[in-house]
Amino acid sequence: MSNRFGALKLGKWGNRALAGAVIALAIVFPLFFGKADGWVDDMTLSLAYVVMALGLNIVVGYAGLLDLGYVAFFAFGAYCTGWFMSGFFANADVHVGVSKFAQVLPGIHLNWLIVVVIAIIVCAVAGIVIGLPTLRLRGDYIAIVTLAFGEIVRVFAINGDEITLPFTNDAKLTAGRQGITPIDPIKLPGLDPFNPLNLRPWYWTALAMVLVVLFVNIRLRDSRLGRAWIAIREDEVAAASMGVPLVKTKLLAYAAGAAFGGISGTFLGSYLNTVNADQFAFSFSIFILAMIILGGLGSVWGVVVGAVALSLINYRLIPDVLNDVPAKLGLNFQLADLSFGIFGFLLVIMMILRPEGLIPERRRQLELREGVGAGTEADLVEVSHT
Amino acid sequence: MSAGGRIRAWLNKYGLIILLLVLPVVYGIQDLSQDGNLTRIANNLFSGLSNGSILALIALGYTLVYGIIELINFAHGEVFMIGSFTASQFWALIGVGLATGVAGIVFGLAASLIVAMVVCGLLNVMIERVAYRPLRAAPKLAPLITAVGMSFVLQNVGLLWLGGSPASVDDVIHAQQEVFSVFGIVVSRADLLAFAVTIPLVILLTLFVSRARLGRAMRATAQDPEAARLMGINVDTTIALTFLIGGMLAGAAGLVYALYQTTIWFFQGFQAGLLAFTAAVMGGIGNLKGAVLGGLIIGCIQQISDNRIGPEWTPAVVFAYLILIMVFRPQGLLGEETREAG
Repeated sequence: MSNRFGALKLGKWGNRALAGAVIALAIVFPLFFGKADGWVDDMTLSLAYVVMALGLNIVVGYAGLLDLGYVAFFAFGAYCTGWFMSGFFANADVHVGVSKFAQVLPGIHLNWLIVVVIAIIVCAVAGIVIGLPTLRLRGDYIAIVTLAFGEIVRVFAINGDEITLPFTNDAKLTAGRQGITPIDPIKLPGLDPFNPLNLRPWYWTALAMVLVVLFVNIRLRDSRLGRAWIAIREDEVAAASMGVPLVKTKLLAYAAGAAFGGISGTFLGSYLNTVNADQFAFSFSIFILAMIILGGLGSVWGVVVGAVALSLINYRLIPDVLNDVPAKLGLNFQLADLSFGIFGFLLVIMMILRPEGLIPERRRQLELREGVGAGTEADLVEVSHT
Repeated sequence: MSAGGRIRAWLNKYGLIILLLVLPVVYGIQDLSQDGNLTRIANNLFSGLSNGSILALIALGYTLVYGIIELINFAHGEVFMIGSFTASQFWALIGVGLATGVAGIVFGLAASLIVAMVVCGLLNVMIERVAYRPLRAAPKLAPLITAVGMSFVLQNVGLLWLGGSPASVDDVIHAQQEVFSVFGIVVSRADLLAFAVTIPLVILLTLFVSRARLGRAMRATAQDPEAARLMGINVDTTIALTFLIGGMLAGAAGLVYALYQTTIWFFQGFQAGLLAFTAAVMGGIGNLKGAVLGGLIIGCIQQISDNRIGPEWTPAVVFAYLILIMVFRPQGLLGEETREAG
């Protein structure tokens, strides 16, 4: 099999040099633009989505558990910022490590780093809770149960203003469609003040988040646990009979994936300055899933490329570049309204032309070529696209 | 057998039935203890059945496709939505001139029904040809993703067609008008229409699958495509036929839904599709009787939840049911134990 990515076949040191160059470029990137330039804004969002995509990649790409309700963890993470970094619980008076400005506001105001830790715990627990009912299920049924959980979380987010929390003085669960706003900006030592007029610190925080998560992701993949995930993905029965504990391994995949989603959720909650129930639609789960499939399931670098590419398509190409095309052709609609239709189209085309993604994981590529796991017809039908 | 084992066996056998009865029994007791009047719950159950029969039609499409190629056809709900749009638009185009008397209305409705069924059947066959057939040999994730992709594409077709907000449909049959009532259960025209369309279709489908030559070919392909091919069955044609039938049922459901609810919008396919899929899974996916049973049950749960808990909570209630069913009976109500397959 020939390597179509000959340029990437650079050997160990060549790869490291390339990675180093990309990271260096990513660090200086915002210096080429104004402090609040649209490009910095879009890239910050893409980086936050990279974190989410890397998390989903653990569940779907490594462990092979199709999760269609991933948006739930974005929701949990975002609500952690909503609850602990804003004046939402107006009766509470807790301030830990926040700026002088937030010090005098009512509500719970914790430093972002503390909220990240809380979100990781909350999401890991939620991931396990979602994982438990799927343990006895087959592949497609997992998709449906996770989808159901995602929808339940959304329904609770929308109607959370009807629920009064116990032991509180009339505190609600969420603010429903109105959203919780404003949310404290992140405060980190050493960086400029985070505000909408200066996006650079936001960008660098997101980049740091991506680098940490990338590192953890790669180490996890190569660890004993990562091998167990891949073993389960390849053949659950064989893995179990070789001594891989199925329950524990699957639940850890859900927990780890969920935790990454939560981290990204806390960042986005603060960056977007609102936590709003409408953010957590099913289509967002598919948006993230499309990123990892476009990039190449299971392949870390592919996922990064896929996430950046899709979010740039969504936030730059469609609204800014292509939006007026239908109007110029005399059609009465804006392309931005149809972004998910375009996504759908992309997904279909992508799956048919390159089911292994832009930068396929080598193992999965082999698997796809051989057609392993494709059921009875696989042995007879040759996969024609190479 | 140990006590724990016995309890577990008992739970596996009856747990699901107990679970399904929770909502009706709780609210039935509430009605009895408050005013001793059970018509409220009876009415809910009845409109649940008529509403659920529409869901059953959609669920049949899911179950047929899953039975034959083990694919969750996510685009099916959107096909149903397109069916609604087609039927109501065709009616608006043709029906206005015809809708002079009862005969005109019946004829117009029959024509719209046929048009919707043909359009949806062909649409479904086309989707299969474009999005699923090239991926027959790929791992199962790939066609599932294209299915989701197709559903987004169709949703946006609907969005372009009638815009983002719900459009109202001419209430030609006066859907909410009472026809008669038995023991306080009000039977409306919409209920009668739903039963009049769904019951014959379900009977026809059952007869087709069990008696007709092509139906037998479908069952054979579902069992083992390779053996079926060796026995001289054209597998590709059979699969296309399955999609055609599934699409036609969705089209019929689309017309009934449009007349029943008197509003249509591009997102209805997603919601109804999820409910119908839940119904198919609940009944045991791949099982035709199960899909109908599941549809009726989900319809009842939905109706009770709409009226007694609040429509905004209904999705959560239905999905909570789905998850609990998956926990108690992963194979569904009438489904068979399935082997673990990758």
